[in-house]
Amino acid sequence: MSLNGLYKEVILDHYRTPRNRGIIEEPDFKEGGHNPSCGDTLEIFVDVDENQLINAISFEGHGCSISMASSSMMTELMEGKSLDEALELVDVFEGMMEGETEFPDTDEFLDVSSLQGVADFPVRLKCATLAWDTIKRGITKYRSDGDEK
Amino acid sequence: MVINQGQNGNPNQQQSPLDIDSIRSDFPILQRTVHDQPLVYLDNAATSQKPQQVIDAINRYYRESNANVHRGIHSLSDEATTLYEETREKVRQFINADTTSSIIYTKGTTESLNLVANAWGRKNLNPGDEILISSMEHHSNIVPWQLVARDTGATIRGIELTDEGCLDLDHLAESLNDRTRIVAITQLSNVLGTINPIGEITKMAHGAGAYVVVDGAQGAAHMPTDVQEMGCDFYAFSGHKMCGPTGVGILYGRRELLEEMHPFLGGGEMIEEVYLESSTYKDPPWKFEAGTPNIAQVVGLGAAIDYLNTLGMDKILAHESDLVNYTMHRLKYAEDITVFGPTGKRGGIVSFTLEGTHPHDIATIVDREGVALRAGHHCAQPLMRKLNVGSTARASIYFYNTTDEIDAFIRSLDKVREIFGDVPERTV
Repeated sequence: MSLNGLYKEVILDHYRTPRNRGIIEEPDFKEGGHNPSCGDTLEIFVDVDENQLINAISFEGHGCSISMASSSMMTELMEGKSLDEALELVDVFEGMMEGETEFPDTDEFLDVSSLQGVADFPVRLKCATLAWDTIKRGITKYRSDGDEK
Repeated sequence: MVINQGQNGNPNQQQSPLDIDSIRSDFPILQRTVHDQPLVYLDNAATSQKPQQVIDAINRYYRESNANVHRGIHSLSDEATTLYEETREKVRQFINADTTSSIIYTKGTTESLNLVANAWGRKNLNPGDEILISSMEHHSNIVPWQLVARDTGATIRGIELTDEGCLDLDHLAESLNDRTRIVAITQLSNVLGTINPIGEITKMAHGAGAYVVVDGAQGAAHMPTDVQEMGCDFYAFSGHKMCGPTGVGILYGRRELLEEMHPFLGGGEMIEEVYLESSTYKDPPWKFEAGTPNIAQVVGLGAAIDYLNTLGMDKILAHESDLVNYTMHRLKYAEDITVFGPTGKRGGIVSFTLEGTHPHDIATIVDREGVALRAGHHCAQPLMRKLNVGSTARASIYFYNTTDEIDAFIRSLDKVREIFGDVPERTV
């Protein structure tokens, strides 16, 4: 429950120099996320290629170090993934944050696993999950829109 | 930069008019620690702590006098009713209302404001009527008016603020016209600490034929309050921000207005005769108190008023003024801190941002030092947009706080800087 467990250097690094921050013009889909209780706002932009792989993803918004670092890490992890894989990764992440599953011991999860410490700060959990909830909702909407067309 | 931690020779720091050590011993929770540090409770604008006297009064009520009010012949019901109505007289004196029939029990400021918006607004507002709302209002003095405006066709207009965060009285004057029916204004901003000149605002509004609804949630707890002197038509406040329990608040309304208003909630206790098709209602205030009220909470509020009276609201105001001056004085040496609101006379609420650090991170880090701050939009999103911030950190004081606690709060900000110190200025 120490602050060092929450504010790990890798989290501060993603906060200070966020990856994939900015707007993608004319994305295939975008989705907004909002934590009404804290005022954090987020928008995620996604481009998918003809094989339904995420070939570009970015985020823009403002919020605390945890929500911004988590957004940065999420976008980094999702690059090149299929939409199915992306949804699975969200499930893995949510399971980890809820303490139901272990963080995978893989290189691509190295940064994301630093968010494990947030689980010790229940009031900050929603900061960590905002980006992940948002991409999940974005993919789900994108697909249901596609089904309608 | 790191704030100089030595004595800054604050000219405002004086001997407190209150015996703070004795007062603090009345509050059991102030004796506890948080993360092995003494609790420094600076979230009083959200809710105040409770003295033993209030806790005892509620405990004693349940142990000795618990019964329903206004409906029993037996002794306990009579005792409970007496306690319940005695508090109404205490509230009347506390805000200097002319009659107890102007004092309505609600569950808090929010319900009080909803009561006015519904019971007065739905009867009296028409399409084209205007409701003026200041840009520093809490959501509870905005959303109820939006709901009633939507249903009545009335229009909401905002009153601007000056650069320093005071109400722009010129803009108020320009905005008032013969369609203005209501001016909704806070006595003391829960974000900026601004104290609004309610007497002056009331004169201007009444001159245009409009009524004034005052959100006193941050006012009544902290300064002597005289609704007749202010001249306002409605005044709402909460018990839990003034040492009382949660679940009880007050709506003061001018008697003649209350008499012509429809009831808000219907049910038992508020009626005289009920037929299946129609009913007649009691006189104010009971017309507005349907169902079994929060009796124990009302009794607790009575004890809280007794407690505040023994200290003296004028002394509470003086102590808090000294303390907020001291806080502002300490913060002004920090170049990385932006404080919002007036620099002169203000209430004990200090909202600020620390460069490169989000308010939530500030609140999490200082919590480890035992310091309880609020971080967020403080239920004032329109104001946050005006200030061009998503959220702020907020320290809010009460009479039991000390300069030592302000020092601990200032020191705790250095812990934030240790973690976030070299974050470059944000681009967004």
